[in-house]
Amino acid sequence: MTASPTTTALHAKPRAAVVRDALGVGIAVGLSGFAFGVTSAGAGMSTAQTCVLSLLVFTGASQFALVTAIGAGAAPFAAAMGALFLGARNAFYGLRLSHLLDLSPKVRPLAAQWVIDETSAVALAQPDRAAARLGFTITGVSLYLGWNITTLLGALGAAALGDPSAWGIDAAGPAAFLALLVSMARGTGSSGSWRRVRERPEPVTAAVAAALALACLPVVPAGVPVLVAALAAPAVLIVTRRRGDHS
Amino acid sequence: MIWAAIAVVAVGCYAVKLLGLSVPASVLERPLIRRLATLVPIATLAALIALQTFGEGRSLVVDARAAGLAGAGVALLLRAPFLVVVTAAVVVTAAVRALTG
Repeated sequence: MTASPTTTALHAKPRAAVVRDALGVGIAVGLSGFAFGVTSAGAGMSTAQTCVLSLLVFTGASQFALVTAIGAGAAPFAAAMGALFLGARNAFYGLRLSHLLDLSPKVRPLAAQWVIDETSAVALAQPDRAAARLGFTITGVSLYLGWNITTLLGALGAAALGDPSAWGIDAAGPAAFLALLVSMARGTGSSGSWRRVRERPEPVTAAVAAALALACLPVVPAGVPVLVAALAAPAVLIVTRRRGDHS
Repeated sequence: MIWAAIAVVAVGCYAVKLLGLSVPASVLERPLIRRLATLVPIATLAALIALQTFGEGRSLVVDARAAGLAGAGVALLLRAPFLVVVTAAVVVTAAVRALTG
């Protein structure tokens, strides 16, 4: 790795500190593949399907969304749409990382698979390009290995446990989503004092979406309530914009 | 059909990641698109939480899963790591089922 123009900063972060931060995130989150493996097997996916999802999709929220929707009886296409909605945010991480990492066209297709919440968070937190590249790579490697190994262990373990609902494993999906939701809402806005909805639309959007989904559940086919609920996002933006224009 | 859904999600999610790394910034760096990209996953996650906690087929119920989600909420308030949050939900749900079932 060559020094980039941005490494001229006087307070360059030591490589060991970058590696330590990256490994901490990569290993901690990598272990969570176990929860995915258990949930996926509990939703009725085969071990092969579960492992292929972690190897090829490799973005946790989308994986959980797909398997739990299929487990709940959603049509595979509707389940896939919900998963893709969740994956769309990675494009914006990629956008920010492409400037920061300045990858060559040859490396880009390989690096793309690792463009997820955690690698972006670590890379974007670094003070210069060399540290960002190192952080991205170490987080990517450790998380990819950990996530896939623990996915397999979780899937095999769940098969040994038998009936998933008897163990409460069906609660793992919503709990995982809640943890992701909280970290996303924390990451996108400044925390602390309450602000107007226009500046901080996340809680209102979440509440409207949840209400919409529950209201639709009895009347539309499985898998569709999530797609209807996604409309809460443009709806909240439009409403807050209009209000903003009048004030 | 499940394999087809897996293939669609795998190809779609990879394409989205590669798109972000490859397109010029001006295409995606519009305030409205950025805000939508932030809010759509939040809306989707909130809907999934509600459906998987209170949905039973096509009807709404309050059962042990709600207690499990509350357990996860407490773990989150205590700033517990991801795996602990998920484990809390599973353990509380199983415990409520064992006590009431």
